[in-house]
Amino acid sequence: MDPIINLILFTCLGIAMLLLSVFAVSAKSLLRSAVYLLLVLICTAGLYLFLNYHFLAAVQLSVYAGGVLILFIFAIFLTNSKDTLMEKHRLQKYAYGALAFIGGVAVTAFALMKHKFLYATDAGVEGDTEIDMKMIGETLMGTEKYQYLLPFEVLSILLLAAIIGGILIARKR
Amino acid sequence: MIQMEYYLIISTLMFFIGIYGFITRKNMIAILISLELILNAVEINFAVFNRYLFPGHLEGMFFTIFGIAVTAAETAVALAIIINAYRCIGNIDIKNVSKMKE
Repeated sequence: MDPIINLILFTCLGIAMLLLSVFAVSAKSLLRSAVYLLLVLICTAGLYLFLNYHFLAAVQLSVYAGGVLILFIFAIFLTNSKDTLMEKHRLQKYAYGALAFIGGVAVTAFALMKHKFLYATDAGVEGDTEIDMKMIGETLMGTEKYQYLLPFEVLSILLLAAIIGGILIARKR
Repeated sequence: MIQMEYYLIISTLMFFIGIYGFITRKNMIAILISLELILNAVEINFAVFNRYLFPGHLEGMFFTIFGIAVTAAETAVALAIIINAYRCIGNIDIKNVSKMKE
């Protein structure tokens, strides 16, 4: 793709993402907040596509935008109290929040501008550098160096524990 | 060419927007939504560092995948706890949760 068009698309995606995240943390109604979060997650999948991680974009869409968001919406409906609009904090709390935001962004931006990254010579963001599924599968299922069978299995046990824990905590007594 | 710093600026701003929401929201589900934003920003960083600094390896990408799975597990348990708290105290305001100690 033409680099200029690429950059314009990227800028639009980034601005949309930041605006939607602001909406997600400031929306009055919880359901709106969840939908803004959904849009942020879809935009993140777009960023992964820009990085040529197609598999990652698919995982992001199916697990995050598909699974986690459904959980959120279920929980919002199950805990729907009479006053769905949220109470306000004192003004002091907002000042603390803004302070944390400004301070954190200042420190991180300073570090980011100060540091010179050693770019790889073939960054692989141009052209077609998609990682093929065979390589991903072998990396996920191998036991050698830089292969991830053990974390994969540990993660499946973690997910099983989360399922059992979730049922045990949320069931009716 | 899209520079790596552009991605990092976006994820930094997203991370601290999440922090802001984490401090200023009162509803527990809203706090969890802010937490999702924070984790999402971190996962973007993993993928970006992998692609721009070490494109021959796959570590960052797999960290992102494992991070997504851990986030899903964390969300499921946290929402179960929130639903249980709602059953006990009738609302999900963060200042009422200390009543669960009884």
